[in-house]
Amino acid sequence: MAALVIAEHTNTALKDATAKTVTAASQLGGPVHVLVAGQGCAAAAEEARKLSGVETVLVADSPLYAKMLAEPMEALLLSLADKYDALLAPATTNGKNYMPRVAAKLDVPQISEILAVEGPNTFRRPIYAGNAIQTIEAPSGKKVITVRTTGFKAADGGGSAALQQVPAAADPGLSSFVNEELSKSDRPELTAAKIIISGGRGMQSGDNFHLLDRIADKLHAAVGASRAAVDAGFVPNDYQVGQTGKVVAPELYIAVGISGAIQHLAGMKDSKVIAAINKDEEAPIFQVADYGLVADLFKAVPEFEEALTKAGY
Amino acid sequence: MKVLVPVKRVIDYNVKVRVKADSSGVDLANVKMSMNPFDEISVEEAVRLKEKGKASEVVVVSIGPAQASETIRTALAMGADRGILVKTEGEVEPLAVAKILKAICEAEKPGLAILGKQAIDDDSNQTGQMLAALLGWAQGTFAHNLELDETSATIEREIDGGLQTVKVKLPAVMTTDLRLNEPRYASLPNIMKAKKKPIDEKTAADYGVDTTPRLKVLKVTEPPKRQAGIKVKTAAELVEKLKNEAGVI
Repeated sequence: MAALVIAEHTNTALKDATAKTVTAASQLGGPVHVLVAGQGCAAAAEEARKLSGVETVLVADSPLYAKMLAEPMEALLLSLADKYDALLAPATTNGKNYMPRVAAKLDVPQISEILAVEGPNTFRRPIYAGNAIQTIEAPSGKKVITVRTTGFKAADGGGSAALQQVPAAADPGLSSFVNEELSKSDRPELTAAKIIISGGRGMQSGDNFHLLDRIADKLHAAVGASRAAVDAGFVPNDYQVGQTGKVVAPELYIAVGISGAIQHLAGMKDSKVIAAINKDEEAPIFQVADYGLVADLFKAVPEFEEALTKAGY
Repeated sequence: MKVLVPVKRVIDYNVKVRVKADSSGVDLANVKMSMNPFDEISVEEAVRLKEKGKASEVVVVSIGPAQASETIRTALAMGADRGILVKTEGEVEPLAVAKILKAICEAEKPGLAILGKQAIDDDSNQTGQMLAALLGWAQGTFAHNLELDETSATIEREIDGGLQTVKVKLPAVMTTDLRLNEPRYASLPNIMKAKKKPIDEKTAADYGVDTTPRLKVLKVTEPPKRQAGIKVKTAAELVEKLKNEAGVI
């Protein structure tokens, strides 16, 4: 049962989500190939070759795939699908964008956001914002799967896969890239960070997020936010952790001024350790927090920073 | 141009979900049901297009049980013009929904189909993309902003790193994200008016689509529960615990 993993990358580097999806693919039991589709993506392909368990890295290098738009990605994946029993992509905004198109054209159901592989045809996935977990059995035959990367460890390095160029598929000519506004930050990405500090409505303004930035700098943490903070315009959309934002599972998640709506908890409750600072002791966030501090964040966060400094951070 | 908006009847956003004791699914008996929140955003966007003179008619489709007509009425009260109810029984998977919608699109010929990016029950995030593929149309998913002209749509999308803008040829499929707009509340006069708007009733068989699920649900269980931990008294104590007890900083 050969599986093809579609890589998430920046052309110059491979993203961690790819290594985690390779782990999920390996659990299906057959050989694993990785497709790096991009423009000038040789460096990302080189990183993919080193992932342990990968047999072959396919490279489709063309301007058509520079931004991995859904329509050309569909055409490319359909040109390769015959050779594979399973296609897997990380459930990033890219994977979610192109994979259902491929499933529909192959006339198979997509299995979205798997958390675990229980057998070659059996998977676990979250429903109702993670408030229930479904175990499903897919029919035998081709599978199209997106992977919730927090459910899988990243594949190790140390591999040396073969490299194979594949031709670009025809351009569907339906869509074109206009521009991108990407948040620029020297901090780790939310989905890859070991420590995340997130702010909610309690932060009261975007300016106050500087309080969290200073702690993030000390701990090499990423900064996130609840939906309420994003909707209020305190921070951009890509900060959002939750059911419809990013799903994260860091070693430490620090929730500041976040009440803990179920939609937010859905995005972070698999974190190893959760700490919460909130002035409302009844806030639901305390029901999932390992360490709770009932305090006014505007007093507690600077004190937290000071205590970190004293402890040598 | 005509705009088609599929809407799904789902468990209300504020209801606490309970898994059935026999692990066969989620308990939906006597639970408040509402329009999927992302679909409300889709209806709102379509109605705004009509108000701006960019859409000529807003057609709402729901695929589900007889009570899904209430969901259609909600959309009609928000300002949609007419509805199509495709009556089905049991779970209908995204691919079957997309096939029914494809047949409806071929009959209605909308310039734009606007769908919610995902339903908050099965969280699949598939239907819009599948519909686009089956029709051979372009898509703009997770929309944050829409600019529409005669032959194309420029759609700003919420992506992992920020925002991305794509230009797609019409007809196209757009799926909505949270911040595209804030859906209106229907006024009482509009709720009354909506009662007179037409809803056409169909079945999946009318469109030649088999809705038998392909995925077999073996069981539905509660996620692992987290236990509440301890309360610390000071920020300094929090740092101490995180460092020495949890070892995470």
